[in-house]
Amino acid sequence: MTAPSSPSYPSPEIERYELSEPRRYVFELERRDFIRLFGAGLVVAVAAADALAQESGRARPQGRGDTPDLAAWIHIDENGRAHVNTGKVEIGQNIRTSLSQTVADELRVPVAFVTLVMADTDKTPFDMGTFGSMTTPRMAPVLAKAAATAREMLIDLAASRLHVDRSALFARDGQVVASNGLALGYAELAKGQALTGTIASPPLDAPAAWKIRGTAVPKVDGRDFVTGRHQYAADVTLPGLVYGRIVRPDAFGASLAAVDDARAKAIPGVSVVRDGDFLGVVAPTERAAARAANAVQARWNTQPGQPSSETVYDYFKKNAEGRAQTPAIESIQVPSGARTFEASYRIPYIAHTPLEPRAAVAVWEGDKLTVWTGTQRPFGVRTELAEAFHIPEERVRVIVPDMGSGYGGKHTGDAAIEAARLAKAAGKPVKLVWTRAEEFTWAYFRPAGVIDIKSAVDANGRIVAWAFDNWNSGGAGLQTPYDVPAKAQVFHSTKSPLRQGSYRALAATANNYAREMHMDEMARALGIDAVEFRNRHLKDDRLRAVLAAVGQKIGWPKPSADGRALGIACGTEKAGYVATAAEVSRPSASSGFKLERVVIAFECGAIVNPDGLKNQVEGSVVQGLGGALFEAIDFADGRVRNPTMEQYRVPRFKDVPVIDTILIDRKDIPSAGAGESSMICVAPAIGSAVRAFGKLDTALPVRLLSA
Amino acid sequence: MYNRRMARYVLRVNGQDREVDAEPGDSLLSVLRYDFGLTGSRYGCGEGQCGACSVLLDGNAARSCVTRVGSVGGKSIVTIEGLAAGTSGSRDAGSHHLPGLHPVQQAFLETEAFQCGYCTSGMIMATVGLLKTNPNPSEQDIARLMDRSVCRCGTYPRIVKAVRLAAERMRATNAVAGGPR
Repeated sequence: MTAPSSPSYPSPEIERYELSEPRRYVFELERRDFIRLFGAGLVVAVAAADALAQESGRARPQGRGDTPDLAAWIHIDENGRAHVNTGKVEIGQNIRTSLSQTVADELRVPVAFVTLVMADTDKTPFDMGTFGSMTTPRMAPVLAKAAATAREMLIDLAASRLHVDRSALFARDGQVVASNGLALGYAELAKGQALTGTIASPPLDAPAAWKIRGTAVPKVDGRDFVTGRHQYAADVTLPGLVYGRIVRPDAFGASLAAVDDARAKAIPGVSVVRDGDFLGVVAPTERAAARAANAVQARWNTQPGQPSSETVYDYFKKNAEGRAQTPAIESIQVPSGARTFEASYRIPYIAHTPLEPRAAVAVWEGDKLTVWTGTQRPFGVRTELAEAFHIPEERVRVIVPDMGSGYGGKHTGDAAIEAARLAKAAGKPVKLVWTRAEEFTWAYFRPAGVIDIKSAVDANGRIVAWAFDNWNSGGAGLQTPYDVPAKAQVFHSTKSPLRQGSYRALAATANNYAREMHMDEMARALGIDAVEFRNRHLKDDRLRAVLAAVGQKIGWPKPSADGRALGIACGTEKAGYVATAAEVSRPSASSGFKLERVVIAFECGAIVNPDGLKNQVEGSVVQGLGGALFEAIDFADGRVRNPTMEQYRVPRFKDVPVIDTILIDRKDIPSAGAGESSMICVAPAIGSAVRAFGKLDTALPVRLLSA
Repeated sequence: MYNRRMARYVLRVNGQDREVDAEPGDSLLSVLRYDFGLTGSRYGCGEGQCGACSVLLDGNAARSCVTRVGSVGGKSIVTIEGLAAGTSGSRDAGSHHLPGLHPVQQAFLETEAFQCGYCTSGMIMATVGLLKTNPNPSEQDIARLMDRSVCRCGTYPRIVKAVRLAAERMRATNAVAGGPR
């Protein structure tokens, strides 16, 4: 075991998170409570089990005693403004804007009239977390219904005020308008009201009728970012704030043997906190805290014989966990006479490297703990804190300021727990900001893995058998989208020497890399065009469409100049369909390769914000370049050997090729999330292109083996 | 013993003289963020490798996380908070064409050259520094000169657009004003 002590850390796969039970949320409001909570106006609550549409909640009398699990609510205040409360988190994926668009559109108000209150466990309803590209397919539709319900309630109010039939009324631009020209503003209608409703089945706009959704609405708080005014967790200040640092172990799995803190304590105002293997300092200033942490002399007992980045792949295969499963490669039946292809791919651990390191500000007021921190799971972190300090969840409040990104790397509450522990000892609010080296070492990683593939092709160039074994990296994207009569695909859960967890697109990146590289290898060996070979095995029109779009744009199969080469890959994940093509060159025979151009086609149903989507898709491509071209955690003996931005290279300006982005808008298909799946084919597109120059290492990042 | 090297420094920040007690080797970023409350400069790596902490020192972009307080005496320091002189601070949520932004800030806002925004302050300061030395950079120039600023969300293509847009507007303004000074 190498993970630090305390809470249980999440496994990499989203399906496991979905097993967690949302807590019951009591929501019954007397008028005076309503006024106290909201001021006045009307509120539409969204039940978590909203799909089972309840009866119309319009002007429902209070005190029914039902206690629905809430997913969100919308409050229309006496100024006619809408306040949307959701436990979702803004990570940079732009949902503060896209959800505002959704509500504004259905409510018939300008976007500026909508404010989102997000990710504050005392103010927003329970939410499992912001991951898995679920906000757009799940939260946006229920908010649309809630907004439409609010609109219909306002129309009802207007009908009774104007003594006309509601069918003669419609909502427009923050008003309810009658055919005779009379109009009542939402502010006027909401004044003095204390109405609650749960969403019914209001008429919703079809995507073709969207007016605000489907347009490139600018980021609602964009100005706060260009002025530096936005406050991330590390920017929160409180009266009496003091500063913490953690004294980290020498290596993963180390236990604390002895501490000499005399030099640290000699610094004025410094205290040292030890609790088991937890060792930290608190100081009156941030710089004193850093000096004190450096001054603490700690001796750690380390564990010998831990796997390294070289030996970990063998380690995975020898350390299966849970129910032993027969490898697919051993169970698959290969028809006699078929030509077989076998390959093994290795995927290293990589680090999320969010530019905002983990940070938290924690304060105890009596027995109530409040923590500001960047996490994708505010309610999960509340649970972690409650467990760590043996207090009920009701006494813990987690507030998540819009984050400096996460990419799946901020599901846990490490910094929150550490800051809270220090604050408890200090009796004062404590701020803790992780250093970059801590971020590279003590966060968690995208799982490494080994993927073995065995396939068989008949004389007609049809794949007749497909066996696919993934050791440790994860089950997302395990299933091939290709039509194969005999297939076996197995994810083998194993022990991991490093802490690992979620990452943008999860294992779909690794699995699509291995699968698409193997498709390419078969096509090459058989002398069949790589697009034609895929199309022979693809029944899904949406996947065929993105593949065709990318092929056409990059001029497949002919590169744009002599000496260059093209590669292509496609896949589907989380209801998004993607194809990616890459063009590479070889500046000189000894220089490896250079990525010249990437073309990506992406389709995720009806597009909510075309500019936001383009930004996400381009960003996915650039982030995907990291794992494809350079990123890999180098470790041995329980230590990360490249824990700096200088040593661990992430994509930079000069690495970015020409990127052409094709977005296919399918108004007839419900919108899916788009922050993740567009990255899954970057690496195999590049890898298959580079194959034109020689044999590749079977490990990511893509690397030509010297001849 | 640990206060022995402490000294009082007077720093010229955003046009004002401000005092701080620090050791000469303390980072300028730490002073800006923790002593002066100017949190718009972000901590990203502490190695001078990501650029999130970039500020202007006498008009040139510098990484405040690896700039020692003891080395900046007498220099003019400008942070993201002080970039738009005369910023009113008033907000009009309905409009994106607002007074009080530096042309580089305006260009980043209009091209939406960010996602999470954590790199944005530093990118803007790096751009202001770049345009001072090269008012008409090509895309290759931008990639070369900004290469030590990291956007982990990968909005580089948009940042390049923002830099070009800002450069174009600033050249036009300077032409009207009688050329760059």
